[in-house]
Amino acid sequence: MALLSIKNLCKRFGALVVTDDLSFDVNEGEIIGILGPNGAGKTTLFNLIAGTIRSDAGEILFNGTNVAGTGVAERCRLGISRSFQVPHPFAGMSVFENVLVGATFGRSGDDRFEYALRALDVAGLKQKANLLAGSLPLLDRKRLEMARALATEPRLLLLDEIAGGLTERECHELLSAIRDVHSAGVTIVWIEHVVHALLSVAERLVVMNFGRLIADGKPDDVMKSREVKSIYLGEDVNV
Amino acid sequence: MQEVTRATAASRFALASAIVLVMVLAAAPYWGSTASLRLLGEIMVYLALASLWNLLAGFTGLVSIGQQAYVGFGGYMLFTICISLGWNPLYAIPIAALVAAPISALVAVLVFRLNGAYFAIGTWVVAEVFRLGFAQMSSLGGGSGLSLPITVMREMASTKAEREALIYWAALLLGTGSITIVYLLLRSRIGLALTAIRDSEVASSSLGVSITRVKLLVYVAVAAATAMVGALVFMQKLRIAPNAAFSVTDWTAFVIFMVVIGGIGTIEGPIIGTLLYFVLRQFLADFGSIYLIVLGGLAILVMMVAPQGIWGFVANRWGLSLFPVGYRVKLQAMPAYNNGKENEYVGRNQAHRDVAAARRNR
Repeated sequence: MALLSIKNLCKRFGALVVTDDLSFDVNEGEIIGILGPNGAGKTTLFNLIAGTIRSDAGEILFNGTNVAGTGVAERCRLGISRSFQVPHPFAGMSVFENVLVGATFGRSGDDRFEYALRALDVAGLKQKANLLAGSLPLLDRKRLEMARALATEPRLLLLDEIAGGLTERECHELLSAIRDVHSAGVTIVWIEHVVHALLSVAERLVVMNFGRLIADGKPDDVMKSREVKSIYLGEDVNV
Repeated sequence: MQEVTRATAASRFALASAIVLVMVLAAAPYWGSTASLRLLGEIMVYLALASLWNLLAGFTGLVSIGQQAYVGFGGYMLFTICISLGWNPLYAIPIAALVAAPISALVAVLVFRLNGAYFAIGTWVVAEVFRLGFAQMSSLGGGSGLSLPITVMREMASTKAEREALIYWAALLLGTGSITIVYLLLRSRIGLALTAIRDSEVASSSLGVSITRVKLLVYVAVAAATAMVGALVFMQKLRIAPNAAFSVTDWTAFVIFMVVIGGIGTIEGPIIGTLLYFVLRQFLADFGSIYLIVLGGLAILVMMVAPQGIWGFVANRWGLSLFPVGYRVKLQAMPAYNNGKENEYVGRNQAHRDVAAARRNR
């Protein structure tokens, strides 16, 4: 059974259809990349899965149960966790306190301090635990997004353009953190425009355009498909 | 595993001084005159109201200007219980809280549909509805109100001095108790959730914080505690009427003044604001309406010079926090980088202001 199964999901903002009868599955332990041009509906898809916005029609099955009507906080406790494209740190709290929020409210069970510290360690932020989150540079803010999400003990981690705006070296550090998280058994769905970063970890690639899936498969095959090329590179004049 | 600590040297000193101070205040019936006992009792009432309103507005973002609804409700609960049941007036204090809690939950269903300024006005309207409602009850004296019979007060204690002392101790308990509870609440998981919600609602809900539930909990707890204060206030006054019981000036406007002047969103602020208000009142009360003009002028001045209030200004300047609510990780010794500042913890209030300053300078 798939960990996450999206069935005929629809969402429109007024007349604009942002998610158009979308269906796809995410299997336990997978690491999936989502590609697509701006406005394709990628972040909206994350908002729908995490519950930040409600779908108009369709089902979102997580671990077999439909969560389409469940609130954001409840979905987080069920095991769906996400990072934001634009980091939303709790600016007036320390890095540790930021992560502690996730470890306290996003999961059941005790030893929240230990969990928060472990999440900081995985994200490479432990030495900055007592710093003010609002004072962090971009890479650390992105790491903090990930650490907070990890502290909720997720089964499914949704990463939204977490490598965007980073230098080559910073991106490399982040990739190794993502690999660690994945090897610890967390299923990851990652939206990214930095294609080479995505391709270096993704086992499967999904491409969206105008709220629809236009490709789904092995990264090599998907990148070779004509439709994907036409979206990213334009039509080949010789064809 | 590393340790996570909460206390600082300043906070340990503050705790020790607070214990001594409360002990001295508890002995006031043995060293103070009736007049000073009454003044101290009134200060305690306002300490409680200011701390509670600060929890609601400063920490939870629920800027209510209708807390007089619960002060008046608590007062009327006292009169109902004493006159119709003939019980000891002191019992009315906890009973007022028990009755006010479910009622405030019902009010919350209504006012939580509103946000920001609309919430503020909505709570005021509800308080007016309470006032008009109680003015209709002829058994409680209708619009002209009623007095607490001396026979009822004798239930509490036979001599006047004993009654004064009991009422004072109840006030001391509510005043110091409110500050203690606010502090403990802010140190608890709820405090962590409140701070997170203040910084980003979107992020806190996606990390599992049930925002509405946390806000509702604080609203109901504050309403119940405010009703206890209300029952006590009218035990001090011995007389109640709708206009005095549900006065927006006495129970909300002055309280807002204290909290804002002292420093909203800090535990220390309302304490300083309350003390300052009473000092000003002692010196200026003889000048009549000039006293209110001076209060208003001072409020404007503080808003312009130190918008974070007096404690906000002090804490910002010297990085002080007497009631630390944050968490600090004890890190193993690391090669100094970032000038060794990695290990330095700044109080959460201080931290918040640093961010605000950074935003201004950007």
